[in-house]
Amino acid sequence: MEYDIVIIGAGPAGLGAAVEAYEKGVRNILIIERDSYPGGILQQCIHNGFGLIEFKEELSGPEYAERFIEKVRKYGINMMLNTMVLNISSDKIVKAVNQENGVMEIKAKAIILAMGCRERPRGAISIPGTRPAGIFTAGTAQRYVNMEGYMPGKEIVILGSGDIGLIMARRFTLEGATVKAVVELMPYSSGLTRNIVQCLDDFGIPLLLSHTVIEIRGKERVEGVTIAQVDENKKPILSTAKYISCDTLILSVGLIPENELSKSAGIMLDPVTGGPLVNESMETNVEGIFACGNVLQVHDLVDNVTKEARLAADSAVKYINKMLIKEGRHIDVKAGSGIRYVVPQMVNYENIDDKVKFHMRPTDVYKNAYITVKSGDKQIIRKKMQRLTPGEMILIDVPKDKFLSDDLSPVGEITFEVEVV
Amino acid sequence: MVKRELTCIVCPNGCRLVVEMEGKEIVNITGYECKRGLKYAEDEIIAPKRTLTTIVKAEMGHLPVVSVRTKEPIPKELIGKAVLELSKITLKPPINVGDIVVKNILDTGVDVIATRNLYSK
Repeated sequence: MEYDIVIIGAGPAGLGAAVEAYEKGVRNILIIERDSYPGGILQQCIHNGFGLIEFKEELSGPEYAERFIEKVRKYGINMMLNTMVLNISSDKIVKAVNQENGVMEIKAKAIILAMGCRERPRGAISIPGTRPAGIFTAGTAQRYVNMEGYMPGKEIVILGSGDIGLIMARRFTLEGATVKAVVELMPYSSGLTRNIVQCLDDFGIPLLLSHTVIEIRGKERVEGVTIAQVDENKKPILSTAKYISCDTLILSVGLIPENELSKSAGIMLDPVTGGPLVNESMETNVEGIFACGNVLQVHDLVDNVTKEARLAADSAVKYINKMLIKEGRHIDVKAGSGIRYVVPQMVNYENIDDKVKFHMRPTDVYKNAYITVKSGDKQIIRKKMQRLTPGEMILIDVPKDKFLSDDLSPVGEITFEVEVV
Repeated sequence: MVKRELTCIVCPNGCRLVVEMEGKEIVNITGYECKRGLKYAEDEIIAPKRTLTTIVKAEMGHLPVVSVRTKEPIPKELIGKAVLELSKITLKPPINVGDIVVKNILDTGVDVIATRNLYSK
């Protein structure tokens, strides 16, 4: 089997990339998906608020996905469902397996990685206590409730205030369960403020900041958890310990890009994002392999995933048409003070059309701060931000001419910083 | 003059809104970045509304439940009642995205629509 472009994953990133590549003239495209239905995580995100940027409408997750699935069907793009990719090699051979074909090898001219991310489970955060049934990640609970028709429990404590955790607090309440508290280690929520308002405040669910779970109790099934306040070093203050009886603990404690396949292809990962290191074209260090969506960096808005998928697909199309310039003057992109990471991590000046869109997250909550972009000591961009929080991604466009130094040659590196006034 | 602070929930910007009230009258609204925020602030003070997104049971389909939503926001205090109303119905395939599942729920003038397709098993 041979394809021009093979896309791994049929979530919003994969579907968006496939539609874009088709519309840019490529016909020989294959999407590989391990689930039995396309749409990825959007299938279970039945809440609204998707598509405000992309469609100027407020859609639910499945509706947003369906817009792209319809196009994929209309265009007749090949989609292999129930198919698990086992390995990707650096010469772009994809090894996959399904019931119908067994193990197969698929050769691609270009590959787009769109495998998304997975949730950090209990083991990743090491909560002391017994190991009973009744501990779920928020996304697993979401799939059970919204797609499979199961309720994970009746009396629920949620650890972590990520968006999925907040949204599930509302879903559990609407389905008749009691959410006793949302417990957050940090002094601020990692979810969008609008979700705290409409998912917690609307239902009177308490949000306990600077708190954590210090013990899980129960043998067969969760019987309760002990929570405590934490000090500035995140160490629990035992005198504040409080027992809450519950039958279910939901974890919403972070997402990690799913890059096992990327590693097998020799793709270099960013230790901070957990996703591949990419350039302005979303190309990884392995030529012809591109990445987009949550496998690259965890997004808070699907609309931005779609944009990133378009860019990755455009670049893949350019690559197979030999229009992507490989040699060129490279600009390193650095995260300075107050910035946790920046994507893309490098820029090839010759491939910039008119601007580069940078995605980043701050290390902390800042009010009335500026994002500044510097090359050496020279400040090239300064943008006022009302409020910065690690839960909300920052997008900064840098126009092509800003990458030039005084003698009109591209600069060697640029740095993004938070400037507090 | 009383000031009430709200966070707009229409879009992810989450604008911080300040509504100045004189008794029950809205005198001034600030902090919104778009017209939707202004409308939200007015509604939120006078009669708060929410879009309900939930699921209804399904029979003989490829999934046991189908996700649905109110086409427009409905009064916030009716959310609980609307969920109970929706728990009474069962859908059968074929269902397409956008199909009306319940017309004019609780006399709000708002329809409830399916947000995903349901195929026969």
